[in-house]
Amino acid sequence: MKTILTGNHAVAYAVKLSRVKVVSAYPITPQTTIVEKIAEMIAKGEMDAEFVNVESEHSALSVVYGSALAGLRSFTATSSHGLLYMYEMCWWVSNSRLPLVMAVVTRTIGPPWNIHTDHTDLMTLRDSGWIIAMAENAQEALDLTIQSFKISESLNLPFAVGLDAFVVSHTAEVVDVPDQETVDEFLPERKQAYRVDPNDVFAVGNIADNLETMRIRREMALDMEKAKGVIDEVGREFGEIFGRRYGLVEEYMVDDAEYIVVMTGAWSGDAKEAVDILRERGIQIGLLKLRYIRPFPREVIERLDDRKILVVDRSFSMGHRGTLGIEVGNVVDCKNVVAGLCGVDVGFEDFKEMFERFVRGELGEVEWWI
Amino acid sequence: MVDLRCVLLPGNPSCQGCPHAIGLKALSVLENPIVVVPAGCTTIIAGFNPKQSIDLPVVHVPFASAPAVACGLSKAYDNVVVWMGDGATDIGFSTLSGSAVRNDNILVVVSDNEAYMNTGIQMSGTTFWKAKTTTTPAGKREEKKDLALIMLMHRIPYVATASVGYMRDFVRKVKKASKIKGFKFIHLHSPCPPGWRFDSSKTVEVARMAVKSGAWILWEYDGSFRITGMSRMFRDKSKRIPLTEYLRVQGRFKGLTEEDVRTIEERIDEVWKLLDVLENTINKA
Repeated sequence: MKTILTGNHAVAYAVKLSRVKVVSAYPITPQTTIVEKIAEMIAKGEMDAEFVNVESEHSALSVVYGSALAGLRSFTATSSHGLLYMYEMCWWVSNSRLPLVMAVVTRTIGPPWNIHTDHTDLMTLRDSGWIIAMAENAQEALDLTIQSFKISESLNLPFAVGLDAFVVSHTAEVVDVPDQETVDEFLPERKQAYRVDPNDVFAVGNIADNLETMRIRREMALDMEKAKGVIDEVGREFGEIFGRRYGLVEEYMVDDAEYIVVMTGAWSGDAKEAVDILRERGIQIGLLKLRYIRPFPREVIERLDDRKILVVDRSFSMGHRGTLGIEVGNVVDCKNVVAGLCGVDVGFEDFKEMFERFVRGELGEVEWWI
Repeated sequence: MVDLRCVLLPGNPSCQGCPHAIGLKALSVLENPIVVVPAGCTTIIAGFNPKQSIDLPVVHVPFASAPAVACGLSKAYDNVVVWMGDGATDIGFSTLSGSAVRNDNILVVVSDNEAYMNTGIQMSGTTFWKAKTTTTPAGKREEKKDLALIMLMHRIPYVATASVGYMRDFVRKVKKASKIKGFKFIHLHSPCPPGWRFDSSKTVEVARMAVKSGAWILWEYDGSFRITGMSRMFRDKSKRIPLTEYLRVQGRFKGLTEEDVRTIEERIDEVWKLLDVLENTINKA
């Protein structure tokens, strides 16, 4: 059914359609309207789940860690400082190999206080063993959230669905909301590698031998590699059922492109407009949107090593380059523009100018678009 | 004495005279519990993967998270128990308070050895005034927080103090708590031989001296507030053993002046007065 939803409400409906049983969260702008909507649906009896109000994000993730450990499909959501506050638990969840899903409405980290989008918060999860996706719009936020449960539960790795503050989270768009029956067809009952049971005496997380612990990390690394195939497979299956195909990346006029822009998140839409304009002028430019940051679509990027590549970043690693600039630059040569940090608006005119300069060879290794 | 199944198996790596090793036995009266353990001495006592020394399902979790994790587990299971130290009530105070405010259906036992013992005897919020720890080598300058009274003020259905010196009282409280729906809190006094510097054969003795001197008071609240067990006879101060006996046996109080002891005694008297008011006020009978 087509309706008008903000990105946050799209996530909330996806959580309901995914038959989540436990939701726990702490208020933080711009995440809050996700869990407000969920709380409302539960209160109205439209959603069969428990909502746990907690006193911190650390506890929000701790609660869903506990419920997921007990075998219940669980969800939380946060932003920025909330994500940093729960950071310890993020690692505990992934190292426990526990499937669950968290929406991260990307927001600038202070000080100074700033509630607007950049991707620095989400990028702090890169090394932790979370699968990390980034939605371009409300439809993708809904679709990725539904897929995230299936992917997370197939791999026993937690899944973070990123969406840009306000640009996606609070912007109302037309969204195709699937019906429950079709989602049930796509998303089976929760499965997980293990769960705690009162009748089964065993310990979770107790001290282990160093080598054993390293083996666990290696298994995670291997499963994260395996995740690439699972993500593409689940994305393909989603496409067959719902008519919108997903995968690790979205290629926009990449095939014949001499110049390729790599980026992630909401502003990819504006960048595509700029690509269109340059294409009209006969410039062979395309855009590779990273839907997933982890696992990193290394193989896709390797295939682009004969093209000229520009990475546009909305997060920066102090003392180095833009975060995706490092990631992509680790695979192929690329130029790196750092833009839109701290919610600074970047529109298609900016992208047009940026891409023109890129094509003319005027961009340095790392350029701050400011 | 009630029959306590040995849930802590022989050969576990607890220190000689460890109070947790005594206290953990009380969990055997629970039906099908899941035990949530944050970082602390019990992390070590529980033993190395793939084996473990606690004969119950145990979930090990980060320091500040235990009551919240237990809350999550309680959405699927009854009898979820948090077994944590006093340190976890410092770093995890908001977690504990939040869980109590939600009235989560869990039992939290704080086995309080009055310092961060697992990391080597550092001061905690429940460390006694003037007690020496490695981070308060001249003695703690600040007061100890009264955790059980703080929890009582959360208006939860069950709060109690207990002591490893009086297991019958503790076990009765664990049993009672397990039959109550909602958030239950037991503050267990757990004298630590290496941490408090007394002989490891004297754990139970020191725990009892704390009660007999009136320094640790056994009470419970289940809708009514009452002093329980041995502590009832020590309402009468003349029946108590001298406070110095309890303090002198512990190396951590070495060098206390007579004035210090008087000050401690005055503070203990204040707590008794407060509990007396509670007993006479919150009383449904």
